[in-house]
Amino acid sequence: MTAVLFFLFAAAALAGALGVVLSRNPVHSALWLVLTLLSVAVFFLLQSAQLVAAVQVIVYAGAIVVLFLFVIMLLGVDREETLSDPIKLQRPAAIVLGVLMLGEVLVLAGHEWATGAQTAHGVPIHGLMDTGTDPGNNIERVARVLFTDFLWPFQLTAALLVVAVIGAIVLARRSGERPEDPGPGIPAAERARPGSGSGERPEADAETSEGTS
Amino acid sequence: MIALEITGSYYLILAALLFTIGAVGLLVRRNVLVMFMCVELMLNAVNLTFVTFAKMLDDVTGQVLVFFTLAVAAAEVAVGLAIIVAIFRRRSGATADDLDVLKG
Repeated sequence: MTAVLFFLFAAAALAGALGVVLSRNPVHSALWLVLTLLSVAVFFLLQSAQLVAAVQVIVYAGAIVVLFLFVIMLLGVDREETLSDPIKLQRPAAIVLGVLMLGEVLVLAGHEWATGAQTAHGVPIHGLMDTGTDPGNNIERVARVLFTDFLWPFQLTAALLVVAVIGAIVLARRSGERPEDPGPGIPAAERARPGSGSGERPEADAETSEGTS
Repeated sequence: MIALEITGSYYLILAALLFTIGAVGLLVRRNVLVMFMCVELMLNAVNLTFVTFAKMLDDVTGQVLVFFTLAVAAAEVAVGLAIIVAIFRRRSGATADDLDVLKG
């Protein structure tokens, strides 16, 4: 059962990855990416990482790919890409480098000094509810580690997400380069001075970018 | 029913293949959005190795690290797509070759 699922979704993941690279249309690339992400979520489930699998589906397939599709549609870049190679010999060189890197990663994955998994290397990965030696289910185990050993990185992640949201708003707001119609709710004084006070009113900026784009 | 045990090495080999496909795609493609998707592909391959090692070593810390990787990837996508939007506002080029302002 596990072997059937593994090979089925391994084929799906590899097909999705190749589809991302080989699709001429960015929209198709995004949809192939969803296939790979969901297949990886299945691998997480097969390795009894239920919480991470759920977060993978929600965050990646639910949020990140939708964000990609929004940007593709917003920018209108869903055109076919040219087939020409602007830098001579770049593609053959990239493929040769890729093959070299694949060999390197495979060698590293098979060596104990790189992975530290010398005793567990031949251990079969069992099914969905195998929780190992620790007590409790997967969410309890992850939460115990996350809120004890990794509490400080967890708090830093919260700060990072806030900074990322503010930075995205500041970067993506219309900065008055072109004479465009700004949304309602922006005072004329601030409209005349683009770039000033960009981090001070993130809520208003978010509303504006939603309204105009 | 296939009488074949799936060990951690299978997952590691699959993750290496996914990572390589992502890296080659990053080098080959010219559309910045597709290049960004290839970066996501590589991040996912690394997440898969994290979970595999968490299983092989019977240590849940690998899954916690995947949690952090997901959060950082979400932040990276938000800021990166904002940068792409800002770039596309100024110039209509859809490829990475158009972004040669810093070329000497």
